[in-house]
Amino acid sequence: MIVILFIVSVIIFSLVNVLPGDPALLKLGQEASPEAVEKLREEMGLNDPLYMQYIHWVTNVLQGDLGNSYVDNTAVTKILMQKIPVTLELTILSFLVAILIALPAGIISASRKGTLWDYSGTLFALSGVSVPPFFLGILLIFIFSIGLGWFPPSGYQPFFENPLNSLMLMILPAITVGIRLSAELTRMLRSSLLEVLQSDYIRTGYAKGLREKGVIFRHALRNALIPVITVSGLQVGSFLGGAVITETIFAVPGLGQLVVNSILTRDFPVVQGAVMFMAFAVVFINFTVDLLYSFLDPRIKLSGGAK
Amino acid sequence: MEQIHEVKIQETKVQSPRIALYKSMLKRFLQNKLAVVAGMFIVLLLSSALFAPVIAPYDPTTQDYAKIMNPPSSEHWFGTDEIGRDIFSRVIYGARVSLQAGLISVGIALGVGVPIGLISGFYRGFLDEVIMRITDALLSFPSLVLALALAAVLGAGLENAMIAIGIVLTPNFIRLVRAEVLAHREREYVEAAKASGLRDWRVMLVHIFPNTLAPMMVQATLAIAAAIISEASLSYLGLGTQPPTPSWGAMLSAGQGYLSEAPWIAFAPGIFIFLTVISINLFGDGVRDMLDPKLK
Repeated sequence: MIVILFIVSVIIFSLVNVLPGDPALLKLGQEASPEAVEKLREEMGLNDPLYMQYIHWVTNVLQGDLGNSYVDNTAVTKILMQKIPVTLELTILSFLVAILIALPAGIISASRKGTLWDYSGTLFALSGVSVPPFFLGILLIFIFSIGLGWFPPSGYQPFFENPLNSLMLMILPAITVGIRLSAELTRMLRSSLLEVLQSDYIRTGYAKGLREKGVIFRHALRNALIPVITVSGLQVGSFLGGAVITETIFAVPGLGQLVVNSILTRDFPVVQGAVMFMAFAVVFINFTVDLLYSFLDPRIKLSGGAK
Repeated sequence: MEQIHEVKIQETKVQSPRIALYKSMLKRFLQNKLAVVAGMFIVLLLSSALFAPVIAPYDPTTQDYAKIMNPPSSEHWFGTDEIGRDIFSRVIYGARVSLQAGLISVGIALGVGVPIGLISGFYRGFLDEVIMRITDALLSFPSLVLALALAAVLGAGLENAMIAIGIVLTPNFIRLVRAEVLAHREREYVEAAKASGLRDWRVMLVHIFPNTLAPMMVQATLAIAAAIISEASLSYLGLGTQPPTPSWGAMLSAGQGYLSEAPWIAFAPGIFIFLTVISINLFGDGVRDMLDPKLK
């Protein structure tokens, strides 16, 4: 994991350092004299060799210093601290939406295989993975904000300030991000449940007179959910990617919107900090899912497995 | 008198196993009705994109201020946009951009990913370790965020967006091809090819590579759908295709501001992106079942 984090940091550093535009000029403004720009370049260490700049940057990062924004000189860590809770709220709500849709849809699809219910579930899953988030977002705004007037079309309020209003503002973005995951989970849960339902122990369950509900919920679902948990964990990346678009559509001031805005304004330290946080989050969550996976299913051992 | 028995040999058409295999594959594909319909939609879209100048009734960039935000009519099938351009013509021309982005990005990913995957899986060792760790690192980035950062580095525009998306898709192909090579490298036919003195590149290209084609084709089809969404996303955010060239993502972005007055501006490109992506996904599923029914 350390090696991957190291490569991630090198990629981010290289990317940002080849972004067009001189950071010193960006900080001072176009009217600055060449001497002033050169002086600042020296101060910022921009004239040092790239590897020295990298070492300097990583040392600062390890001490929790991600630099300051070129736009308003605020510490990047402070900006991230403001944005992370927003995206976290969106992520949690999106995940809830995904589970609330996928669990019943997957269970019904698998237990009523080959019926209209199953086909509807499969069609939903296919549409969910095919609809681009920006179109879904716009469609939801058109139907629920402009048409029915149920939810506001954009904006954000922190959850602890006004929970109800916050939820009202977040529900459409959460559906936009959550639908895709729910589609993936429905597909996964259906196939995993179908496989489990053919096992001997399920037949035994039926043979000893258990009802279908009991068999599915008490026996089958526990095993069928294992691959579903992995898929959910692996989807964190696409969650964060989805947040980039969704936060832009609904004007939610989270990490996604921050990445887009800082790229457009060439605010290098913010781009570096935000992208690095996202990549690290993905690596950590994947690692946790791996651990969780072996905990949930003792048959899986992390070491000594097939390569 | 000696009777000569004439033995009539009935001529039967003996099909080569290869043709029989293709026939059975085609039959399997045609049984999947949804995939066939999806395939027909893709062909229709491809031809419209190819013959856009003939099919589009208007120039996609011509502005007509007398017809601003006109709803769909017999004159303008999908209506007109905020500066009076014909949306149907723009959607047809937009298909060019989207399909081009999908095909070229995946082409780049294949061109880079397949050789690296082959080498990585064939030689294993330190090189494989390094390649795999870089692949892992690249896969740690949310794909859209990486595409966005790369597009920003390369500069806004369709060509750069295609390169950025191609780079983002590459690790998936490296992994897929490497996994296939690993599954085949210890097989007897590879051993035999090596033992007969063939050079490594010949063993890789002539013997192992053809076996990676089936899963790669499926992955490539699905990657085209992902690339189309990515290009539209970049254009939506202003880092993809630049105006006045019509692109579905940028059209949607522009239309979002007029949702209450003229929803058709955003809906027409949105519906087409959705139909294109779902068709490619369905077609990809069909191809997968056709190539390997066990994978279903």
